[in-house]
Amino acid sequence: MILAAATLPDGANDGYVAAAYIVFFVLVLVYVAIMAWRLTRVERSVRDLHAREREQEREERERV
Amino acid sequence: MRLPGLRALSVTTALAFGVSLSLVFFYAPIEAEEGFVQKIFYLHVPLAIVSLCGFVLGGLEAIAHLRTREAKWDLRSYVAIHMSLIFGLAVLITGSIWARASWGHWWVWDEPTLVSFLIVFLLYATYQPLRFAIEDPERQARYASVFAITAAAFVPLNFIAVRLSASYVHPRVLGGTSSLPSSMAFTFLVSLAATALLYATLCSYELAAKRTRILLKSRSRILGFQ
Repeated sequence: MILAAATLPDGANDGYVAAAYIVFFVLVLVYVAIMAWRLTRVERSVRDLHAREREQEREERERV
Repeated sequence: MRLPGLRALSVTTALAFGVSLSLVFFYAPIEAEEGFVQKIFYLHVPLAIVSLCGFVLGGLEAIAHLRTREAKWDLRSYVAIHMSLIFGLAVLITGSIWARASWGHWWVWDEPTLVSFLIVFLLYATYQPLRFAIEDPERQARYASVFAITAAAFVPLNFIAVRLSASYVHPRVLGGTSSLPSSMAFTFLVSLAATALLYATLCSYELAAKRTRILLKSRSRILGFQ
């Protein structure tokens, strides 16, 4: 705590430090959110592909 | 896709960031002249270094692509530059906040370090429009590689030019003019390692996502669904 007391805000311009770190973490968060959204789309495509594959197999079996 | 490796990398990155933030706010002393605002330095400078190294890495991977003609190098080069652009945007925003807090202005046009980074950022901002303006995938990859190599050569030249310039208002971290006390230098190096790990992790995720989409497309094509 003594160590921390000497390294924590001194009162002047503290908001700028918070703003810089918040901006950085928001940027990373936005990027991760975009990645998650893209992953959801890929998952949907994989599900569709799988369903169509099974449908194709069933049609082939029926034809035989 | 080597997901266990990605998981380990992600955990290491999170831990490194935890340690880095702890050091920044509870270990590194408050700088005498700038005060608490100087803590932005531990975020801004590592981001700038990693971003510029990422641009150079993209150029080296582009060389590998032109030499081998393997698509994987083009993909890696694209991802490295793409990620460096995101990091570069963070550099510009955090730098502006730091400039406002220290100098009272959001941007200082006569400061070579700021302007040169903006030039590099704007140069690379043209990479994606150039790339996606070309439809033929092979030509697209080849032209993008040539651009990546040329621009990557510009990065160290730009760095040297700034170093040689007369103004030394911007704090110097690496090299002979460094005046960081050991506790600050240690915190800075840990922050740099954490930022580099974040870059590597995000690049790995982006690469894994792109490879998955390529596999999915080729599988759809094989099955005749496209």
